[in-house]
Amino acid sequence: MITVELIKMLRRPRTWLIIGMLIALPTLVAVLLAITDLGPRPGTGPPFLSAVLSDGTLFPLAALGVVLPLLLPIAVAVLGGDAIAGESQMGTLRYLLVRPVGRTQLLLAKLVTVVAFVLLAVLAVAAVSYVEGRLLLGRAPATGTVSLSGSTLTQQELTWRTALALGYMIICMLGVAAVALFFSTLTRSSIGAALGTVGMLIASTVLLGLDAANALHPFLPTRHWLAFVDLFRDPILWRDVTRGLIVQLGYLTVFTLAAWANFSTKDIDD
Amino acid sequence: MTGQAMTNGQAIRTQGLTKRYGELWAVNAVDLEVRTGEVYGFLGANGSGKTTTLRMLLGLVLPTAGEAEVLGMPMPAARQKVLPRVGSLVESPGAYPHLSGAANLAILDATGSDRSPRQLRRTRISTTLEQVGLNAADRRPVRAYSQGMRQRLGLAAALMRRPPLLILDEPSNGLDPQGIQEMRRLLQQLNHEGTTIFLSSHLLAEIEQMCTHVGVLHSGRLMLQERLDTLLRPTGMAAVRTPDTQRCVALLGGSVVRVDGDRLLVRAAEPARLNSYLVGQGLRVDEIGPYRRTLEQVVLDAETRA
Repeated sequence: MITVELIKMLRRPRTWLIIGMLIALPTLVAVLLAITDLGPRPGTGPPFLSAVLSDGTLFPLAALGVVLPLLLPIAVAVLGGDAIAGESQMGTLRYLLVRPVGRTQLLLAKLVTVVAFVLLAVLAVAAVSYVEGRLLLGRAPATGTVSLSGSTLTQQELTWRTALALGYMIICMLGVAAVALFFSTLTRSSIGAALGTVGMLIASTVLLGLDAANALHPFLPTRHWLAFVDLFRDPILWRDVTRGLIVQLGYLTVFTLAAWANFSTKDIDD
Repeated sequence: MTGQAMTNGQAIRTQGLTKRYGELWAVNAVDLEVRTGEVYGFLGANGSGKTTTLRMLLGLVLPTAGEAEVLGMPMPAARQKVLPRVGSLVESPGAYPHLSGAANLAILDATGSDRSPRQLRRTRISTTLEQVGLNAADRRPVRAYSQGMRQRLGLAAALMRRPPLLILDEPSNGLDPQGIQEMRRLLQQLNHEGTTIFLSSHLLAEIEQMCTHVGVLHSGRLMLQERLDTLLRPTGMAAVRTPDTQRCVALLGGSVVRVDGDRLLVRAAEPARLNSYLVGQGLRVDEIGPYRRTLEQVVLDAETRA
């Protein structure tokens, strides 16, 4: 079932359109930076953007930092929201279920597919922006990349830290995917499910800007998304990354279980 | 009825099957009985609960009360065992609009617990598509299909694995008269080869031409469940058409059940004898014959009884 779902995802033109859009934005950023040479002042704007002017090897991270707060979660919300509701809308859900495909199995396959999409999207963005960084932006100093704390990172260190950062982002997106999947089992409208998810993320962002909501901050889904930046400090600052992981796994567990509970007892009568 | 029908296995059996949506009793204590080899026509107006019943049989909708058995096993508990042996068409056929018909079937065939070898799947898809009158080489996406073609594709999905039981909801929906005829021939042929067919419809003519058994659902209740030839057998009455209506009524007196213009309904075991009697009395008879109810009357009678 998972294979079938993966093939279905890869065969949809929409998947590639979304990935194309995800790549387009950092590309635009790279071109603008290369032409104007105007980076944001250190400490402002998306992470790493000021650093890439001197060191193009950091551009994949900068690109992901550009994409992560808004574009990638929206893409995940669209795919996750479409997972069950879209099948229901097309009338294919009932045909899958009488095949029979187990309901839990279908839900799991959908979740795995969204994860595969995130992986594909993140890798595509990273790969394209790596090339762009090399071609358009500054070359890495011969001594190695400078970490955010000022010390020097070897190529090897940079590689595994980047891999860790990618993994962290994927887990963050998994939380979003679980929420979207849950909404997707509630409604027949995939747009509704996607908007519900995006709405929740926007609410979370709004609350993060509100001091009165301080008590809620540690539990908000978007709170620790950009904590992957801490992986490039020397030594690595684990606190926010660990908290982020725990929060995201919490969302993943709660909403996956809710989706399962709702879907496995649901009357399919569209 | 075919030879296969003589084996008296239960294909579908429900007891007190009930589905309630809030205050609405969509399906109310339905006891269905479909035996192996039958072509069972499930009749009812739109909204009478046909589709909900079918969905319960397929495990898509969970019953509020009652039991359902399909191919001798409880549903929905045994769906992993039952459903691979059931082909179904539930309401409008669903398909991925950006893929071709063959690609849609391939996706459907690749899912489920009973995967077959790739080569078998490929040949099976093209033979089934040809069987329902679609071109297996057609690469157009389903979104370019007409409604009739979609319906054929849905039927192909149901037939693909040669299931011993077909559960079809309004299979002739969206087909033109020729398509309906082709589908009827195909289903009849499958039935002759031993497939049990349970189909719902609100088209009486379709049921009358195809089915061996009939069930009538009205407002969620099963009003009638009977062999079709029993329902339509002679009624012990003769239908007479004569210009001499007055004299005829005077002559036959109490055995005239109904007068409708120049048509009379007369209680008479043997219409031929009635004919020679009337002619012997000097009456002119335009038409005479045994009176049979049409399926439409049977259904209307069953529904008004409610």
